[in-house]
Amino acid sequence: MDIALITESIETLLGGVVLTLELTILSLLIGFGLSVPLAFMRASRSQWLSMPVLAYTYVFRGTPLLVQLFLIYYGLSQLAFVRESFLWLLFRDPFYCALLAFSLNSAAYTIEVFRGGIQSVPPGLVEAAQAIGLSPTKIRLRIVFPLAFRTVLPSYANEVVGMIKASSLASTVTLLEITGLARKLVSETFAPYEVFIAAGAIYLGLTFLASRLFNLIELHLSGAPPDKARFPWLLKLRQAL
Amino acid sequence: MQTAIDIHSENPRRGRAAAIASLRAENVHKTLGTHPVLRGVSLAAYPHEVISVLGASGSGKSTLLRCLNLLEVPDSGEIWFRDEKLDIRPPAGRNGARIGDARQARRVRASLGMVFQSFNLWPHKTALENVMEGPVHVRGLTRRAATECAEHYLRKVGLIERRDHYPRHLSGGQQQRVAIARALAMEPEVLLFDEPTSALDPELTGEVLRAIRSLAEEGRTMILVTHELSFAREVSSRVAFMQGGRIEEEGPPEEVLSRPASAGLRRFLDPVC
Repeated sequence: MDIALITESIETLLGGVVLTLELTILSLLIGFGLSVPLAFMRASRSQWLSMPVLAYTYVFRGTPLLVQLFLIYYGLSQLAFVRESFLWLLFRDPFYCALLAFSLNSAAYTIEVFRGGIQSVPPGLVEAAQAIGLSPTKIRLRIVFPLAFRTVLPSYANEVVGMIKASSLASTVTLLEITGLARKLVSETFAPYEVFIAAGAIYLGLTFLASRLFNLIELHLSGAPPDKARFPWLLKLRQAL
Repeated sequence: MQTAIDIHSENPRRGRAAAIASLRAENVHKTLGTHPVLRGVSLAAYPHEVISVLGASGSGKSTLLRCLNLLEVPDSGEIWFRDEKLDIRPPAGRNGARIGDARQARRVRASLGMVFQSFNLWPHKTALENVMEGPVHVRGLTRRAATECAEHYLRKVGLIERRDHYPRHLSGGQQQRVAIARALAMEPEVLLFDEPTSALDPELTGEVLRAIRSLAEEGRTMILVTHELSFAREVSSRVAFMQGGRIEEEGPPEEVLSRPASAGLRRFLDPVC
């Protein structure tokens, strides 16, 4: 094993970190935005609201992300209405195909995570909010969701870490993020061992940072008294939630 | 029994006009599952009255209280807030009774402070934030005005120095006092207490009862579901004894509690005899 080659590879592959992070963070944000309203629909007692969402999460969690990505990347271009509309400007670009696949997939998992949290909020806390006359939307956004989010934070952190790793599939649709660059580098150096060790090390670093971040958020959301808060921006985040 | 007052008459006589009940239940029925919990209950709270509702567990007293602010929706009967009848839709087919006018329900609930047996403070908010929630997001006060309002009521229940504490860092008695401040910060017309001391250790009930007593002395209109007999006797202008989903006896505490007419109340007051 060539240590020098590994360090050299790491330097090259760091060039892909930005794209990996872009894909991961954007699809997590879109997935989050989709999943909050859909999780409330999924948790609803009304079948009319919950069943369509269940169908969606069932399909996206029950099929491989790679298959979803291929369907979007190779499949969308077969549809005339996509080719002939503004959508083509987006989806002829593999970046947006990957972003769409990752966002929909992440949303499906996140919906189920949040649904569990929503259903675990004690009914008495909702009644207390109803009793002061708070509107249903405010009850959801100010009482139920913040409490649900705290409960499921560890599971959501798993989803985030999973998304970082899953973003490597973008390399299959020609994107040169960390794994894409690694494959390119392998074809140039014929040293798969060193190059993929380097790639793995970078992913390890990213997932380590992500789980540290979530540990900190968890610590602060679990309510250390505000005067002990060491990170003012986290305190702000907590107040916002 | 109070007779119904014609609220639509154009020239109500002064005395009568002042006697419109703040909150009134009229022949309320409620079945939970297959169990008929309320079987025709009428109760009216007039301004400045303190009504204690007594009764064994399962007699329907908590359900009655929850019907008054529509946390439970009565299957039949009427709920009146002052001169306004609440819009209730009776059960239809497989659906249970439901609220007809959600805006009205919210507006009326905002005028009825409710204190729960298990406090139900929001654990992700500090004492101050718990109390401020209603003033900011229901009454529409500015943050500044809401903070002042919340601080005023926290001071009133003796917890201003705990304003930045989270509920889990407060004792049960303190949590319940914050919950009382949260109800008061809505400047409610009527306060509803659902067994406010039942979840507390005996040594913590005193501080909560003192807070409730001082509210009674201010002349606030209150309906109190409680097991604290001697407290009910002291603070109430009227007590109602419930059994089997009905009000068995109702009247001034000295009469009802000293000379119980029904066998049920006699047994309730002195289980040993």
